[in-house]
Amino acid sequence: MQLIKNGICGTMESSDIMIRIEPRDNGGIEIQLSSSVMQQFGKQIEKVIRETLTDLDVVNAFVKADDKGALDCTIRARVNTAAYRAAESTDYVWRTKE
Amino acid sequence: MKQLRRSMLFVPGNNPGMVRDAYIYGSDSIMFDLEDSVSINEKDSARFLVYQALSSLRYGKKERVVRINDLTTGLGIKDLEAIVRAKPDVIRLPKTETAQDVIDCEREIARIESEAGIEVGSTHMMAAIESARGVLNAYDIAVSSKRLIGIALGAEDYVTDLKTTRSDGTELFFARNMILNAARAAGIDAIDTVYSDINNEEGFIAEVRLIKKLGFDGKSVINPRQIPPLHKEFMPSEKDLQKAKAILAAIAEANAKGSGVASLKGKMIDKPVVIRAERLLELAQLAYSMPVEEI
Repeated sequence: MQLIKNGICGTMESSDIMIRIEPRDNGGIEIQLSSSVMQQFGKQIEKVIRETLTDLDVVNAFVKADDKGALDCTIRARVNTAAYRAAESTDYVWRTKE
Repeated sequence: MKQLRRSMLFVPGNNPGMVRDAYIYGSDSIMFDLEDSVSINEKDSARFLVYQALSSLRYGKKERVVRINDLTTGLGIKDLEAIVRAKPDVIRLPKTETAQDVIDCEREIARIESEAGIEVGSTHMMAAIESARGVLNAYDIAVSSKRLIGIALGAEDYVTDLKTTRSDGTELFFARNMILNAARAAGIDAIDTVYSDINNEEGFIAEVRLIKKLGFDGKSVINPRQIPPLHKEFMPSEKDLQKAKAILAAIAEANAKGSGVASLKGKMIDKPVVIRAERLLELAQLAYSMPVEEI
């Protein structure tokens, strides 16, 4: 997926996560995370963000994430939306639930 | 086993907290909404959120319904592409006016099921009727697809279409009866509209009593606070339960003696009385999740 502009999704409400994805040409995926549950889940949140972007074939991006206790499924949803917005794409790929 | 639909709780599809917590309130069905509660700029994020939630969260025995956008908007088909693959129990089609609306939606669902390797026909549908035209076509809509598990009244759009406003329910009398009779003739459920004045519990209970008397299976709700009073009104009383048990015992005894008719305390028990008693006990059995003998 080719990112062409900044993509934002999510809110600062409880149980949500605000994701801002900025395109860049190199340097891989860099994540700047702040979370209300940083101590307990910081690594897991970063892992989910990274996995979701990798699934979308996003190689280089700067991600700013403000987490308010979002579940993994919410993180995946917000990252996907922000990435598609950043790519200005609506060619969504939906996998069938196992 | 029949699915209870006393309460169908609307949950805004773009609210992660409510999507996560929806199962704790005790409604029979959860309806994740991608339509009216989601702003036009957030249709994509709501679709992703509901898709992800359905794909990974467990909602126990709750029926999982997703209200998609109207297919004529171009948004509805995008909703289906995502949501059918997340395998909800039911897709709720809004603003249904004709049988063709249901057939068009069903065709898309079947195509996506086939492409996704999902058993074709496994995704159920319900149709919300929200206009005068839809009400007049209620029976045709109700029999338009084997996937339909129910039809529902959407009153806010309907009263606007009628050039009136919501008041004491007089304005909905015709629509409710049309929808109810269409559903019964088709053998599917009839679901009443939302009661949007959250703080008026007295008015809410009066409306629940009315729709229960008419014969509706349940009601859409927009606030979890409405669920306990709704369930209370829909549950049979202890006296009614004991009477139903006595009716079934009397008819069983009569059948054992080779008779199809019995009497209980001087009143004749025939087939309609038995059917009503069986339904009442089935409702109690489903609601309490226990066998009839223990109720």
